[in-house]
Amino acid sequence: MTSLPPPTAKKLGLVIDLDICVGCHACATSCKEWNTGGYSAPLTDQQPYGADPHGAWLNRVHSYEAGSGPASRTVHFPRSCLHCEEPDCVTVCPTSASYKRAEDGIVLVDPDTCIGCKLCSWACPYGAREYDYDEGVMRKCTLCVDRIYNETLEEEDRQPACVRACPTGARAFGDLGDPDSTVSRSVAERGGFDLMPEFGYKPVNKYLPPREPKPAAPRETDVVETGSALERLFDWADKALTR
Amino acid sequence: MHPAYSVIFFTTASGAGYGLLIWLSLLGAAGLVEPQRGLGLAGFALALGLVTAGLLSSTAHLGRPERAWRAFSQWRSSWLSREGVAAVATYVPAGIAGLGWVFLRSAGGPFAAALILAALGSVATLWCTGMIYASLKPIAAWNKPLVPWIYLALALATGGVLGCLLLAVFGGPVGTLAGATLLSLAGGLVLKLLYWRQIDTGPKGPDMTAATGLGDIGTVRPLDPPHTMDNFVMREMGYAVARRHAAKLRRFALGLLFLAPMGCLLVALALPGWPAILLAALASLSAAAGVWIERWLFFAEARHASAAYYRPTLA
Repeated sequence: MTSLPPPTAKKLGLVIDLDICVGCHACATSCKEWNTGGYSAPLTDQQPYGADPHGAWLNRVHSYEAGSGPASRTVHFPRSCLHCEEPDCVTVCPTSASYKRAEDGIVLVDPDTCIGCKLCSWACPYGAREYDYDEGVMRKCTLCVDRIYNETLEEEDRQPACVRACPTGARAFGDLGDPDSTVSRSVAERGGFDLMPEFGYKPVNKYLPPREPKPAAPRETDVVETGSALERLFDWADKALTR
Repeated sequence: MHPAYSVIFFTTASGAGYGLLIWLSLLGAAGLVEPQRGLGLAGFALALGLVTAGLLSSTAHLGRPERAWRAFSQWRSSWLSREGVAAVATYVPAGIAGLGWVFLRSAGGPFAAALILAALGSVATLWCTGMIYASLKPIAAWNKPLVPWIYLALALATGGVLGCLLLAVFGGPVGTLAGATLLSLAGGLVLKLLYWRQIDTGPKGPDMTAATGLGDIGTVRPLDPPHTMDNFVMREMGYAVARRHAAKLRRFALGLLFLAPMGCLLVALALPGWPAILLAALASLSAAAGVWIERWLFFAEARHASAAYYRPTLA
């Protein structure tokens, strides 16, 4: 049923730290690699070696520049399904293929009942759903539902492939419905925010904003000014000879 | 939004079909048109033919058309599912009414009830079609209360023009329907002008700064794209028609969909006989071209919020 379940106590999701993401795309490639063999298999590409190569990916990493002048920042910005609490992508589905799990809040598409009408992608302002042109069904982040509960994997591997792959620890996985979880605490400490809250979909995934830049380290010449008499002599000589 | 031809054909063809079905049903049930066999055969065949062709075309938009039957199950939450249910349900009274009209030449008693149910089912289906678009919050140009009314008005207008042509051909009384069609065309014109005014002056959805939530740092602009070639999101939702083309196409839509058919019908009222047939045919062709342009623009002018992650400007 594509009606939403009652609010779930458990809200599994990701917290993405925009301060430390380096834009290496390891999360995107490892997501593609896992999911082309897992729940969403096959995650097809079209013309992979042709003139117009494209394909379904469940995670995309943008790189943006924000602000101008010395205060400007480069911000790498991974974008995937936010597993919203009240998403329209689920309720618009005419077949019940798109659904939200009552037990942990994960939003999934059943590839066996999806008719490929694409209406769910129109209902998602985050561009999180990508159509699989070969299979004729919609694909989306599954939060690696086939890893996180998978007892045949080592315990440290029971987390989404993107989180496991991130070399800088910019991605964290956990229960955002539990205020004492590590992810909830980091959101509270760092002022984690929702993307486009104005749509009212209540995203579960949170983004941690880039930290305030630290004051610039004092320059070398400034240090010399406070140095010993000998250092000041050398500094004077350096400047005089440079002239 | 990418204007998919299968969806444009579906909404315009089935819109005109339902519009024609509504007018035939109301005129028949009210006894304003004699249930003669030729008119009934041509009218129901054309209306249900357009509806069926449209519905079949809409399945061409699906990745898995063989699973289309599943779409009837989620009417509690999904306007698309409701549209499917209403469309199929409307065939039942429409079929009964058509059989009564053509074989028994009757539009009274139970057949009058079937005609009224067919008209109500058609209105419900058209309303659902409009609501599919109007309920999508990420598309500011569609997420408007006006949208389902426009779908309804344009279906009544285009179906009415076709009805006038049929009545002229089969020698029925054109006057009442021509008047109702003129009103629908005028109503559609006013609604469409209001709509364009709303989308030109109203909120256009988030820009890149709002979509990324990085506004505290400053204005956000793209540095490196996430992928080298367009992905599904850009192909499906990144389509944007140039503003100057849109302005020109709006004028074509106004002329072909509203003004030309109104002129043709007004002259046809004064010139009965074969000139009326010719004028009604001209009005039908013009309205068909106009509603196609109108529907293409409805998609091409609509901006999806997710485009903000790719394009720095709202244009």
